[in-house]
Amino acid sequence: MATRRTCLWKRGVKVSETFEMEIFRYYPDKDNEPFIKSYEVPFRDDWVVLDAINYIKDEIDGTLSYRWSCRMGVCGSCGMMVNSVPKLTCSAFLKDYPSRKIRVEPLQGFPVERDLIFDMDDFMNKLTEVKPYLLRKEGEEKPLEEGEYLQSPAELAHYKQYTLCINCMLCYAACPIYALDSNFVGPAAIALAQRYNLDSRDQGRNQRQEVIASHEGIWECTFVGECSVVCPKDVDPAAAIQRAKVSSTLDWFKEKMIPRSKG
Amino acid sequence: MALQYDIVIVGGGGAGLRAAIAIGETNPKLKIALVSKVFPMRSHTVAAEGGAAAVIKDNDSFNDHCLDTIGGGEWMCDQDAVELFVNEAPKELIQMEHWGCPWSRELDGTVAVRPFGGMKIERTWFAADKTGFHLLHTLFQTSLKYNNVIRHDEWFATKILVENGRCQGVTAIEMRSGIMKVIAAKSVIMCTGGAGRVFPFTTNGAIKTGDGMAMAYRAGIPLKDMEFIQYHPTGLPGTGILITEAARGEGGILVNKEGYRYLQDYDLGMPLDIEDPKHPVNKSMELGPRDRLSQAFIKEREKEKTITGPFGDVVHLDIRHLGKKKIDKKLPFVRELTKNYIGIDPVYEPIPVRPVVHYMMGGIDTTIDCRTILPGLFAAGECACVSINGANRLGSNSLTEILVYGARAGNAAAVFANEHSEINLEALEKQGADEYKRITRDFLQKDGGSERIATLRKEIHQVMEQSVGIFRSESGLKEACNKIEELKDRFSSILIEDKSLNFNTELTSALELENMIDVAESIIFSALSRRESRGSHQRTDFLNRDDENFLRHSLAYRTETESRIEYQDVAITKWPPGERVYGKEE
Repeated sequence: MATRRTCLWKRGVKVSETFEMEIFRYYPDKDNEPFIKSYEVPFRDDWVVLDAINYIKDEIDGTLSYRWSCRMGVCGSCGMMVNSVPKLTCSAFLKDYPSRKIRVEPLQGFPVERDLIFDMDDFMNKLTEVKPYLLRKEGEEKPLEEGEYLQSPAELAHYKQYTLCINCMLCYAACPIYALDSNFVGPAAIALAQRYNLDSRDQGRNQRQEVIASHEGIWECTFVGECSVVCPKDVDPAAAIQRAKVSSTLDWFKEKMIPRSKG
Repeated sequence: MALQYDIVIVGGGGAGLRAAIAIGETNPKLKIALVSKVFPMRSHTVAAEGGAAAVIKDNDSFNDHCLDTIGGGEWMCDQDAVELFVNEAPKELIQMEHWGCPWSRELDGTVAVRPFGGMKIERTWFAADKTGFHLLHTLFQTSLKYNNVIRHDEWFATKILVENGRCQGVTAIEMRSGIMKVIAAKSVIMCTGGAGRVFPFTTNGAIKTGDGMAMAYRAGIPLKDMEFIQYHPTGLPGTGILITEAARGEGGILVNKEGYRYLQDYDLGMPLDIEDPKHPVNKSMELGPRDRLSQAFIKEREKEKTITGPFGDVVHLDIRHLGKKKIDKKLPFVRELTKNYIGIDPVYEPIPVRPVVHYMMGGIDTTIDCRTILPGLFAAGECACVSINGANRLGSNSLTEILVYGARAGNAAAVFANEHSEINLEALEKQGADEYKRITRDFLQKDGGSERIATLRKEIHQVMEQSVGIFRSESGLKEACNKIEELKDRFSSILIEDKSLNFNTELTSALELENMIDVAESIIFSALSRRESRGSHQRTDFLNRDDENFLRHSLAYRTETESRIEYQDVAITKWPPGERVYGKEE
C-alpha cells in the first residue's frame, strides 16, 4: 500500500522560490478594523503552515501574535482558518496548497483578541458546565486501597474515541449553529460530556443532562456534521451528539411510560 | 492592586494540576491561583506518550523499581526520594484511574502494563501511546470540580517575590491586557516543566523555555544537576518529534545501515530473534536505558554505520513485524505522526530516527518535601530536582513523578500557607512596581536595539548542541562559557518592534529568551565542573565515573558573571553504588 503523503524523508527537501502568505492582522489598541498583510515566505515542501508563520515572526515581523507549542498535533494551540478552512497549522503542509495562495485568519466564530489569537473563554466556561469528570453516587466511591475499577477493553472502546478531543476548537469554527447562536454548548463540550456518560465507571449522567438536554444543548444541533469533518483527531463529535439525542429521547420515553423510573 | 491568594501555583501541566487538586481535596478553604502562560491543557505533559511506571502486578516488587531507577540514574538519585516515589506511585496511578484516566486494559478489566527501557519488570501503565495527553486532560477536567482553584490562563510569570526572607508571591503579566500584577500568596509552587528549547533539536514544545528554573535561579535558589540532559534515542529527523520508547517496549528494533542490530556491540546484551516469544528482553538491547542508546548512536555514526539523510544521520526503528493490528491498537500515535510528518507508514517501512533532547534531569533544588532553600517556595515536576532521576531518567518515571511529587508539593505548600498568614502587601506592591519598570524600560519603551530574538536564540542553540551535547569536553565547555557571556551582553541590545500591550508575544518571547540564557549558563557551568562521565554526562576528557569526587549533586548558584558550582552529597539508603548492568545477569 502506498503511503498517504509523498515520502519527504527519501526525496529530500525541495525549496523553491517564495510565495506570498496573507495574514490577518489586528491590534485592538490601535486599529479600528482588522486588515490583511502579505509576507514573502520561502516555499519549502517540508514546512507546515505554522513553520511559515514562525518564519515571519522570527525573520520579518516580530509583532505578529499567535498561539503554538507542541508542533505535533496534540496540544491543540495552533488552530486557525487556512484558506477559510479550520486547520491545525502544525499539521497543514504548504505542499498541499499547490496554488501557493495561502491566507491565514483566526478561527471564525470567536471574538478576536489580537492577530490570530481568539477568545476561548466561552468554551472554557461551557466545558466546566458539562461536568467533564467522573462522578460517582454518594457512598459508591471505591477506596484507593481496593484498587482500580475494572473496565473491559470493550467497555473502554465504548467511550475511548471521545476522550481524544484536544480542545483545538476547529469544530466550533466549523459549526454553523454556533456561528448563529453562541449559546449552543457546541460539539467538543458535548462530546466530552458523552465521553463521561458512556464510561462504565461514571454515574453522573443525570447531573450532566441539565446542560446537555437543554435547548442550547444537543437539540440545537441540526446534524450538519461539519464538526466531524474538520476534527483532526477523528473524535466525531457529531456522532456523540446524535447518541446523546437518542439516550435523552429514551429518558423522556421512560419517564412518561414508566413513571418514577430512575433511568 | 495586588491579587491575593493563599497559594500560587505557577504552571498548569501535570504537576501543577495535581498540586492544585491535592489542595482542593484537603484544604477546600484555601484559595489557589493556577497561573499558566498557556491554557492548562496545552501544557507539554500533553506530548508524553509511552506511559507511567508503578508496581502493580504480582511479579513485581518495590525493591526492583527502586533498583532499576537508581541504577538507571547511575547512583545519582537520592534514594530516600526514590523509595518514597516508588511506594506512592501505585496509589497515584490508581487515583488517576478513579478520576477517569482511560488506561489500556487487560481482558479481565485490570490495568495493563508494558515493558520499558531499563525496567526489569513490566510496570509501565499506558493509555495507548497518548498517556501524557490522557493524564493531562483527566487532571485538567477533574480540576474543574474545585471552586477554590482559580485559573489565570495565559498569564506569564516574571519574578519570584521575596519579602522578609520568605517567598510571598510572583509578578505576572496578563497576556490579554498586557497588565502586570502582583499575585501575593503565603506559599508558591513552581511547576513550570523543562527547558528543552535551549537546544535546537528537541521533542519539547515551544513553551519549554525553563521559565521557573530561571526565576528560581535569579532569586538565589540553586539549580541542581543541570549538566544531566536526556537525549531520547528515537526522535524523527527534521522536527524532533518523539517516537515513544513503547515502540521498542512492544518489540521494535534498532538497526544501522546494514540492517544490523548494532546495540549488541555496546554492552547491552545479545539480541533474540524478533520471532522469539521471549523478545524483547527487559533491560537488554533496545530496552536499555536512554543515555546508553543515544551514546551508541554517536559511536555508530563515528563508524559510519548510520544512514545519511536530509536532516542529518539516522538509524532505523523497525516495528513492521508487530503487524498493522498491534500497531493500530498499541501505537496509533506513532503511526499517525510518522505518516503525517515524514510520509512513512511504519506498518510497511522502518522509521528513521536519531537522538533528540528530551528531558532535564536537573532543576530547582528541592528536599523530599518539595521545599526549596527559600521558605514558602516549593517546586515539583521537571522544573524541580528532588532527585529521583539522577544522571539518567528511566522512561515512564517522569509522568509518575509529576503525580507523586505534584501532590506532595501541594500538601506541603498548604501546610506552609496555614502556618504563615502574614503577607507584606505594601512591600510586594513596591517590588511589583519595580518589576514593571524593568519590563517597560528594557523592552516596551526601549528605543533602538539591534539584536533579533531569533538570532540570539539560534546562537544559544548552536553553542548548546556543540558543547553540551551527548559528548562534552573542557575546551568546548570553556568556549561555551565565553559564548554565554557574549549572549548575555548582546541580550541588552535586544530589538523589540512590538510596543503594544495586548498579547504582545514578542515581549514574552524576549522574556523566554532571557530565561533560556540563564538556564543555558547553569547547564554549561555545571557540565564544566563535573570532571567525570556518568549517565547522560559524558566527558571525552574524563572517560570514567569518579564516585570518590563526584558522587555528589552539583548546585549552580547565580552570580553577577557566571554560575558558582557547589556540591551536595547524594542520599544513599540501601543500595550502594555499583555497576550498571544491562543485557546480562545482575
